[in-house]
Amino acid sequence: MLAADHAACAAGIRVGMTATQAQVLVPGLVLNDAQPEGDRDALERLAVWMLRRYAPIVAADPPDGLVMDTTGADHLHGGDAAMLAGMVERLAEAGVSARAAIADSWGAAHALARHVACPIHVSSPGESAREAAALPLVALRLPAALTTTLGTLGFERIGDLLAKPRAPLILRFGPELDRRLDQATGRMSEPINPVRPPEMIEVRRAFAEPIAAPETIARYIGKLVVRLCEALETKGTGARRLDLICARVDNHVQAVRVGLARPSRDVRRLTRLLCDKIETIEPGFGIDMLTLAAPIVAPMGPGQTVSLIDPATPDLSGLVDLLANRVGAHGLYRATPLQSDVPERAVGRLAPLAPACGTDWTGRWPRPSRLLTSPEMIQTVALLPDHPPVAFTWRGVRRRVARADGPERVFGEWWRRDAELEAVRDYFVVEDDAGERFWIYRAGDGEDPATGSHRWFLHGLFA
Amino acid sequence: MAIPSNPTISALRDRIARLESSDRRACGVVPFGVEAVDRRLPGGGLALGALHEMAGGGNGAVHGAAAALFVAGIAARLDGPVLWCLTRRDLFAPALSQAGLHPDRVIYVETGDEAAVLATIEEGLRHGGLAAVVGEVARLSMVASRRLQLAAETSGTPCLLIRRWRRAAEAADFGQPSAAVTRWRVSALPSAPLPVPGVGRPRWLVELIRARAGECADWDLEACDEQGRLALPADLADRSGSARGWGRGAAA
Repeated sequence: MLAADHAACAAGIRVGMTATQAQVLVPGLVLNDAQPEGDRDALERLAVWMLRRYAPIVAADPPDGLVMDTTGADHLHGGDAAMLAGMVERLAEAGVSARAAIADSWGAAHALARHVACPIHVSSPGESAREAAALPLVALRLPAALTTTLGTLGFERIGDLLAKPRAPLILRFGPELDRRLDQATGRMSEPINPVRPPEMIEVRRAFAEPIAAPETIARYIGKLVVRLCEALETKGTGARRLDLICARVDNHVQAVRVGLARPSRDVRRLTRLLCDKIETIEPGFGIDMLTLAAPIVAPMGPGQTVSLIDPATPDLSGLVDLLANRVGAHGLYRATPLQSDVPERAVGRLAPLAPACGTDWTGRWPRPSRLLTSPEMIQTVALLPDHPPVAFTWRGVRRRVARADGPERVFGEWWRRDAELEAVRDYFVVEDDAGERFWIYRAGDGEDPATGSHRWFLHGLFA
Repeated sequence: MAIPSNPTISALRDRIARLESSDRRACGVVPFGVEAVDRRLPGGGLALGALHEMAGGGNGAVHGAAAALFVAGIAARLDGPVLWCLTRRDLFAPALSQAGLHPDRVIYVETGDEAAVLATIEEGLRHGGLAAVVGEVARLSMVASRRLQLAAETSGTPCLLIRRWRRAAEAADFGQPSAAVTRWRVSALPSAPLPVPGVGRPRWLVELIRARAGECADWDLEACDEQGRLALPADLADRSGSARGWGRGAAA
C-alpha cells in the first residue's frame, strides 16, 4: 500500500500495509497499481505549470512535492500568504489537495508543509529553524531505517537532535544526519535544480569574470533583452512574463520576475522593467551567468491601425506594467460599480486595463468623498424613529446639526449572511453650524430592536 | 484685477517665460467656467502641464474631502484617463462619479509610503498619455515639488496634488515654499439655503493662496455638479456675514 485517499484513511487503511490486509479491512476496496513513472511525469508537468504561474525557480521534489524559490516573485501575487492561499485554492480546483509552507530553507519548508501547514503556513524570516525544531523526526527526510533507530534511542523531535553534540552523532549515524540537520536549520544551502520546459524561449550569457556593479548588470540585461526579442519575433509572439535568473559564483541563484499586462517584445520597455528591479538583486561576490527566459508568451496580434475618426486612445500598458511591478498587482486597480446598496460593498475592483464596463453607480443620493474604513460610533441626541440627531459628538467634538437630510434606508443583504436578514441602516446627511457635512447612520429602523442596536455611527465625510 | 496690456510688459513677460523653461510646450489651460475665477488666473484657467496643490481648510486638512472633490471636478472636465495615487484607503469612488469623473477613467494606485507616491506620480506624469495625475501626499519638499513640476512641464500633463496631513496642526506645512504653480485651499461653507428642511447644494470657500504670475484671491462657490462644474451662488448679495467669517478664521 503506497498511497491512500481521505476516505481510505478514514476506513483505517495506512500506508505501508499489505494489499491483503487492506482488503480484509474494507471489502470491495478499489486497488490501483502504482505508476511511479506516471506520477513523476505528472509532477514534472505540475512543476512547469507552477513555473509559468508563480515563480521563476521551481523543481519537482519526488515523490509528492514541489519546491520553489518565491523570492522576487511574490509581489505579483500580493505577498507570501496571499500567494500560498491562491495556489492551494487553484490546485484544489484542479483536483489536487495541497499543503504549502514558506520558510527560510528548503529543508524547513519541506518539514513545515508536511507537518504544520493546514493548508498553508508562512513562517516569519529567521523563525523557521525554531519552528522546525519542534517537529517529529520523520520531518527530517532521513532514510526510514535511520528514523526508526533514532526513535528507539529516544529521540522524538528534531530539537532533541539539535541539542546533542554533533560530532558523536555523526560518528554513530553517518554524515547524512548531519547534512539533513544543517539543511533544516538553513546552515547549509541546498540549490534547487529548476525545471526548464524545452519549448521555453530562453537566452543566457556566461561571464568569464563575475559581474557585480548595477551598471554592468543593466548593460548585459539590455543585450539579453535584444536577443530575447529577436527569438520572440521569429516565433511571432510577445512575452507576458519575464524571468531573470542570476547564478552567483557561490552557487546561490537570484531570480527576478516581471509581469506584463499585454504581450510585448519592445526592447526598451522590457529593459526598463527589468532594470527597475536591479536593486533587488544581491550580487554577493559576483554573478557568473545571467539567464533571461519568457515562461509565458502569447501571440501578438496585428498592429493597430490609427483611426481617422476616433481620437487615438493613449496606450497605458507600459505605465501599468511599470507600476504593477513596483507596487504589486493588487495595488493597481479601477473601481467598478457592484449591485449593492451597502456602501462598503458598492465598489468592486477591476484590472486597470480591463475593457471599459460603461456602467456607473445608479441612484443620485449624495455619496461622501471619504468613507471611513470602519464606521465610528457617535453619541447623539435624537428623536426616534425617523428624526435626524439634533447634535452629535464625534472624536470628542460636539457638533450641533443645523440641517439634515434623510433617512435613506439600506436593508441588510439576507442572501449573504443570516445575521443580515432583518438588519437595517438609516442614513442621514447632516450639516453642522460651520457647514461641514457628514454621513451618519443609525443601526436599526428606530422601532424594532431586531433590526439593529439603534446606535449611531459616522460613516463618511462630504465635501 | 485686470492684467494690464502694456506691450513692453508683455514682451518682458515672454522673455521671462522663455528663460524659466526652454522646453515647455504651450499646453493651454483648463478654465473653471466661472468668469470671476478665470479672470483672476493667469491664462484664464488652471494651467495644464504644471503642478497644482490643493488642501482642505480646518478639519479638511486631515480628511481632504472637499479638496478631493474639487480635484475630481477639474479632472472630470479634462479628457482621458486619470491616475489617482493613494496612501490611505478612504476615497469613495461613487462620490467622484457624482462629480462627473466616470469610474472607467480612473486608475487607482495604492502605495505604501509617501516616497513611493511621489515616484508613482512622477512616472504617471512622464508617461504623457494621461489627462491628469492626482496624488495624495502630506509632506512635499522643494526638491520633490520641483521634480514633479519639471515632469509635468515636459509632458503637458497636469499634476494635481491633494495635501492632507495626519493632524490638523501639521497643516502649517502648507506655508512652506514649493515649486507649484498654484496653491488652493478649499473649505466647506454652509450649503445653499432651501425653502424646505434639508441640505442644499454644498458650497465651498475656495482660496487661491498662491499663483505664479498671478494674485491671491478667494471666492464663495457652489460645489461641483454632475459634470464637475463649479458655479457662483445666485444669492451672493444676501449671504450671511457670519459664515464667511468662520471660513476665514478656521482656514488661517
